[in-house]
Amino acid sequence: MTENVATPKMVKIDTAGIYYRDLNAKLRQLVDEGVEHIELTNVCGQRYIATDLSRPVDIKIYGTPGNDLGAFMNGSRIEVFGNAQDCMANTLNAGEVIIHGHAGDICGMAARGGKIFVRDYVGYRAGIHMKEYQDKKPMMVVGGTGQDFMGEYMAGGVLVVLGLGLKEGETHKANFIGTGIHGGVIYISGAFEPHQLGKEVGVAELDDKDRKILGDLVNEYCAHFDCDAEAILRKPFKKLYPKYLRPYGRLYSY
Amino acid sequence: MKDLTRISNVYGDGKVIDACCLFGMMDTSGKCFSGRDVTRAIANMHDRGNGLGGGFAVYGLYPQYPDYYAFHIMYDSKEGKTCTEGFLNEHFNVHHSEEVPTRPVAAIKNPPMVWRYFLDADKCQREGKLSPDDYVVARVMDINTGIDDAYVFSSGKNMAAFKGVGYPEEISEYFCLESYNGYLWTAHGRFPTNTKGWWGGAHPFNILDWTVVHNGEISSYGINKRYLEQFGYHCTLQTDTEVLAYAVDLLVRKHNLPIEVVAEIFAPPLWEEIERRPAKERELLKALRQVYASLLMNGPFTVILAHEGEMIGLTDRIRLRPLTVGEKGSMLYLSSEEAAIRLVCPELDKAWIPMGGEPVIGSLKHPIGADRVAVAGGAV
Repeated sequence: MTENVATPKMVKIDTAGIYYRDLNAKLRQLVDEGVEHIELTNVCGQRYIATDLSRPVDIKIYGTPGNDLGAFMNGSRIEVFGNAQDCMANTLNAGEVIIHGHAGDICGMAARGGKIFVRDYVGYRAGIHMKEYQDKKPMMVVGGTGQDFMGEYMAGGVLVVLGLGLKEGETHKANFIGTGIHGGVIYISGAFEPHQLGKEVGVAELDDKDRKILGDLVNEYCAHFDCDAEAILRKPFKKLYPKYLRPYGRLYSY
Repeated sequence: MKDLTRISNVYGDGKVIDACCLFGMMDTSGKCFSGRDVTRAIANMHDRGNGLGGGFAVYGLYPQYPDYYAFHIMYDSKEGKTCTEGFLNEHFNVHHSEEVPTRPVAAIKNPPMVWRYFLDADKCQREGKLSPDDYVVARVMDINTGIDDAYVFSSGKNMAAFKGVGYPEEISEYFCLESYNGYLWTAHGRFPTNTKGWWGGAHPFNILDWTVVHNGEISSYGINKRYLEQFGYHCTLQTDTEVLAYAVDLLVRKHNLPIEVVAEIFAPPLWEEIERRPAKERELLKALRQVYASLLMNGPFTVILAHEGEMIGLTDRIRLRPLTVGEKGSMLYLSSEEAAIRLVCPELDKAWIPMGGEPVIGSLKHPIGADRVAVAGGAV
């Protein structure tokens, strides 16, 4: 008869010096054993954290996780107390990633579901080719601003850019916002010039449906980062949408 | 048949994770420190490289010979060494020479001989108008193009490049870099894409005291190389990055351009962006693109350039390769990944990601944190 050992629900790991493959193997094992909450301290560049867990868990990360944090993640919740590197939430399927800091390039790349909250700014190509299908709809909220090519080739989902930290009348720095967009929507606060947008991008005011989606996301953002949702929602927002659903549909046809 | 992937890769998944890694750290107050931290930092990005190249540049390295050119030369044969030393004695006054100390490292196979020479270029007066620096550049080109089995790794004053085939942490161990001190270190872990992994092809690349470490691919290499040949720079190391070292020497030392302008030549704004700039700036940017079209660096890149007293991080204008920055007191850190910086300096004053094409500059002339310290001092 095997001895029945109660699995702890909460496990802490000091990850200093642990190679990423060994760390991810350990996480897989813990999750298989039934652990629900995992706290990782001294994280320093380990890649692919939480990428292939057998069921959703809650992971808190202290330090700087490596590239492809939460890649292909399916339902877990990651909270990072620090900055994220490149490719965060790459092809995220479901779950939540919350970054108490900034994130590097191509965060949310090809996400097909789940939610991403970045307190500060994001690097190049945030939300590139996010997509949606039926009830799967990725949503990303960026507190500050983004660098060039935000929402590039977006095919679905919602990208919110709050423009916090921009001074009165200061424009976003990003160029090529929404280049190649053919699905989904971007809600953005803070000034921008027409030339900063991709040529496939239309600009509109928000309607009630938009306001509802934006309001819910801003409330969630403020709950994560402890700030004033009403003040943010009083700021003017614009809606960026794809002018064409198949911008290159005829490129090779004639 | 034996499954070789099981032997070389214990995880058996055959995944190749490819990208070079860069790291640079500089104390802008000029204080020197050992190679320990820079080695730990670049080793933290081990998986970006594949063991086919690692290297370091160090500044403030030879305070005992600050006024002599320090030549680090790699030899593949005894004949190469004999021939080169004859050449050096003929064209320079060699004040001191020795083999660069190494220790055996299991992973470093068949290393070449690496020697260093401290020399002056007073004999340049025999060649009319050539300045000592120009004279040194010309002689380095003579060695690299004319003598078999000899390559000059570095040729600047009070600095040197240490490099070879291996992971950067192995190269550091091989050359005993923990025993050297400098105020500025850059490091590189290589993942060669188009050219072979060999000792001369490892980064940094150097001419005089300029060094460059690079992640990416310079697809304009051919045009850059041909342009530089007109000025006497010959590319012999079979890797695209080499052009950057010569280009920056030409633009800064010979053409007296400030580094901010050099950044606009290597990574110029797009034409439509230039059209939107104020008139005066527009004229300058157009002139640069016309005059120096052949030095535009096309393709994805992140580089860390360094010379005496200065370290510069720069990416291509649409940032297809990563660069992240950290500051702590008078220290400036540049890295492919933030985690590498945090490993050696967990509590940064500032950590940020620069925009593509915008240089990040650390300089002894303008130490960072100096004003901050003054303010703090005043408040106390």
